[in-house]
Amino acid sequence: MERHFQQDLELLKSNVIRMGSAVEQNLFNALDAVMKNDAALASRVIASDGTINQFEIEIDNMVVDLLALQQPVASDLRLILAIQKINNDLERIGDHAVNIAESAYRLTETPQDEPLMEIPNMAKIAKEMFQQALDSFIHLNALQAQSVLESDDRIDALNRGMNSKVIQFIKNDMKSIEGGLELLRISRNLERVADLTTNIAEEVIFHTQAKIVKHHAAEEKQKKQ
Amino acid sequence: MNELKTKIRIDNFNFYYGKKHALKNISMNVPEHRVTALIGPSGCGKSTFLRSLNRMNDLIEHTRCDGTVVVDNVNIYDDAIDVVELRKKIGMIFQRSNPFPKSIYDNVAYGPRINNIKEKKQLDEIVERSLIRAALWDEVKDDLSKSGLALSGGQQQRLCIARAVAVDPEILLMDEPASALDPLATTKIEELIHELKGKYTIVIVTHNMQQAARVSDFTAFFYMGEQIEFDETKKIFTMPGKKQTEDYITGRFG
Repeated sequence: MERHFQQDLELLKSNVIRMGSAVEQNLFNALDAVMKNDAALASRVIASDGTINQFEIEIDNMVVDLLALQQPVASDLRLILAIQKINNDLERIGDHAVNIAESAYRLTETPQDEPLMEIPNMAKIAKEMFQQALDSFIHLNALQAQSVLESDDRIDALNRGMNSKVIQFIKNDMKSIEGGLELLRISRNLERVADLTTNIAEEVIFHTQAKIVKHHAAEEKQKKQ
Repeated sequence: MNELKTKIRIDNFNFYYGKKHALKNISMNVPEHRVTALIGPSGCGKSTFLRSLNRMNDLIEHTRCDGTVVVDNVNIYDDAIDVVELRKKIGMIFQRSNPFPKSIYDNVAYGPRINNIKEKKQLDEIVERSLIRAALWDEVKDDLSKSGLALSGGQQQRLCIARAVAVDPEILLMDEPASALDPLATTKIEELIHELKGKYTIVIVTHNMQQAARVSDFTAFFYMGEQIEFDETKKIFTMPGKKQTEDYITGRFG
């Protein structure tokens, strides 16, 4: 006999997946808007953030109800706690997608075409990471989540590389200050997206394996012993 | 868990009701001054196990057991053991509060009187101290001559706890002590258990999973006479080691 509670849990999980798909679409569109210099697409991303915020509130309410009314334990408890954090992470990624879309919009207003430097590379990795993190949540697959963690360093390195490249770019042509700053903003936002995506993967590992991997918790614990 | 002193050491304990093998090879170290909860579905053996810890099962015919239950280095199933003395050391509180049809004072003084304490002053002290420990003193101190049966269900249960602690036991066994009480009285009993563990070692059987989670430091999960898992309560309720435990506490059983 399946408990009513299990159905509620499934509903909660499917809401997170739906929210994840909405965030994915916004993130991908924001990056496409950068790549294609597409102001209309950027505007669409900015306008649709409200849907993501609605999801966040709905999921928050469901989490509170389940915790208060069902007193879940063990893997059920871990799933709900993981979802509470993933919900927050997804909403923040949605915000960063909006930031990126706003930068994309402003870039369409600058007089020249800026070279995107590491942005296409970063965008490609961030998209893959996000898709993998979401997939790992859908299938509760810790191995897949683990591979997301490994990609984060690559984005960090590319983000650091962007700084010197943009400085050089501005030095060469002082008229490109505005465009250069937007590129830096996009790069920083992508770096944050990758961090939050990593958090999602860490939460999947927490739920599936009851293991805390964030902040290298296991190694820290071992050091203390 | 290593730094805790073991109060009761159970080794390969088996119990039989006639041909029925009710407890199978149970081994467990019950730590001193901690609350250990026994959980599991009806008929899993948890109450039988609890009653084995002060030989209450001796009273049931056609039962037998083997293995050892060692309290403070003494096997309580040793032939030389005086069972009455043993039960003085290991008190028990039952599901249904069962005060004697006597005054509150006489309920608490009952055990000490049997132990030949006759002096009024000393008895007064024991009654007051026991009722304070059972968190009942403030509610009854003005009328100790009132019948124990005139108290509310929650008060009666605390009176039984006062009666149990009056003979200075070291271990308290509780068999679903709050299952017949309303939420407020249940909270009081749970708070009391928390207070009492500083002085006693407590083993509690409960059907209420959340109660086990709230009051105990260690939890043992029993299923069909076997001890499936025994660990720190916070581990059992966040990341149990066995799938059967997980299925039971999350309600996916059967």
